[in-house]
Amino acid sequence: MSLQQVLITEPTEVERPSRRPRWRPPLHGSDLSWAIAFLLPYAAVFAGFVVYPMAYGLWMGSDPALYSALFADPRYFRAALNTVVFVALAVNVQMFLALLLSGFFARRRRWIKALLVLYLLPWTLPAVPAFLSFHWMLAADRQGLIDRLLQVLFGIEGPVWLTQGWLALAWDIAADIWKWMPLWTLIFLGGRLAIPQELYEAADVDGASAYRRFIHLTLPLLANLYLVSTLIATIWSFGDYAPVLFVSGGTPAFASDVLSTLGLRYALDFASPRLGVAAGLTVLPLLIPITILLMRRLQQKAVQL
Amino acid sequence: MSNGSFLIVRATGRRVRLRRVLVEAASILLGCVILIWSLVPVYNMFLIALDPIGHNEFAGELWPPHPTLASFRALWTESADDVEHIWRQFANSIAIGVPVMALTVLIGSLASFSIGRMRFGRGFGLGSVALLTYAIPASTLIIPFFRVMHVYGLLDNPWAVIAAEVTFATPYAILVLQYYAHLIPAELDDAARIDGASALQLYWRIYVPLMAPALAAIGTYALLFAWNDYFYQYMLLTSERHTTVAVALEQFFDDDDAPWNMMMAIAIVYSLPPIAIFYALRRYMSRGLTAGGVKS
Repeated sequence: MSLQQVLITEPTEVERPSRRPRWRPPLHGSDLSWAIAFLLPYAAVFAGFVVYPMAYGLWMGSDPALYSALFADPRYFRAALNTVVFVALAVNVQMFLALLLSGFFARRRRWIKALLVLYLLPWTLPAVPAFLSFHWMLAADRQGLIDRLLQVLFGIEGPVWLTQGWLALAWDIAADIWKWMPLWTLIFLGGRLAIPQELYEAADVDGASAYRRFIHLTLPLLANLYLVSTLIATIWSFGDYAPVLFVSGGTPAFASDVLSTLGLRYALDFASPRLGVAAGLTVLPLLIPITILLMRRLQQKAVQL
Repeated sequence: MSNGSFLIVRATGRRVRLRRVLVEAASILLGCVILIWSLVPVYNMFLIALDPIGHNEFAGELWPPHPTLASFRALWTESADDVEHIWRQFANSIAIGVPVMALTVLIGSLASFSIGRMRFGRGFGLGSVALLTYAIPASTLIIPFFRVMHVYGLLDNPWAVIAAEVTFATPYAILVLQYYAHLIPAELDDAARIDGASALQLYWRIYVPLMAPALAAIGTYALLFAWNDYFYQYMLLTSERHTTVAVALEQFFDDDDAPWNMMMAIAIVYSLPPIAIFYALRRYMSRGLTAGGVKS
């Protein structure tokens, strides 16, 4: 049992214990008071810092004129497109690679364990300095580390990375994957380690190849964990300004901005907070179904437990 | 792999050996790729930080030509432009990160005990209600948050940032803790209740000790969350005496003539506390649930 397992959002099918907590509703008497008292601190946080700001935000963005102003702005469409590309690519690539790499890190070798320690480093580095380091590998007039490595290793002159919108966005995505893939690898590794070894031994006896073991054993057992993790990562990515803000900075001329950074620019640089809120709220048609899907997914599982 | 099954005996030994060598070579290659991928941006931080002050940091070297710790020294003594208040900024970051860590663990564990262990409001899925926090992106919510903090009179007060970060870290904490709580057998609670333990005693004597590895993981997560944040610290703390390191780093970014080696030196020092805590707690976390003798 390790951090990996701690971070798995739920025990895998096979490990789920049959025992269930004995406290069943309705709670009464002092138990009920304690249950309410324990929940009170979070309820206060939720009311004061979630419900109120959200209601206020929805009110700020409730004027239809804001949206016509938004849709008349070409920067908005570029940012919306960038957001979809950013979230779809960054999340799915890092999830898929994390799933594969968790298999690599599950191998019982000492050097692989040591490598895991270094591999986790990006996740433990704070976002601002890490992404600024990416920025200076790319933005230093072709003298950054990436350009220099390309020259020395392959003798080629790289493009000026951050002057083309799509290239800049690609680096934002790469930086995001670099930072967050270790976390998901760790979570999937925990999921894999929770699968009883006997299942694999049985598969070995049946002569299953590594590929078939992965498809018929690992994948079905990790499917729910994978889905829940992907939903959470997607939700977080919509609100993640850091890779775009610090790696490409939205250059050139907002071409690599996503909605989260464009909204902040509207609010701060153009002194139009309402427009900024409105820009952010336009992701709700995507974000709300994903949040509900996640909640339902977790609730179904909770009922089963 | 080779548990001496008859399959291996039957296959020609040479082919098996060849395959094993190929697998080994492939995994070493993959290991090298992972190593380079993970470390290049970190190396870049050192490359720039080790340059002498005033030297052109972007002269296109792969190795610092005149490596020196001058920028770290200047940082230590606060003796260069842009770093006069660096230690106060560090203190500010810590004064936010530590309460965020403690409050997320406390509030998250209490809520997850009530929902996951006492089954309070099971029918209403109270645990997932917390996830509604993520229904509007945090980067958008910052704008109304600013306004709300003004109403609360908390603007330019570190507690505004602490509240915001706890708000966004706790839903995930509750989610993880609630599921982890299912791994602790209910019999422990039952036994303690027969002995007349109150709910508070169950929380403090059974839940917290057995959940300690999960709580440590969540604490690390919350600290990393606070350390990753920039915008809430930037928006909600307006006066210079409350400036945090993350905000100070960004101010370098805005200034074209900023000493980049100083900035990278700050970046490296700023990265140390979460790394230290993560690797220190990793051992502890890996002791895991089974340490409590609850494995059935």
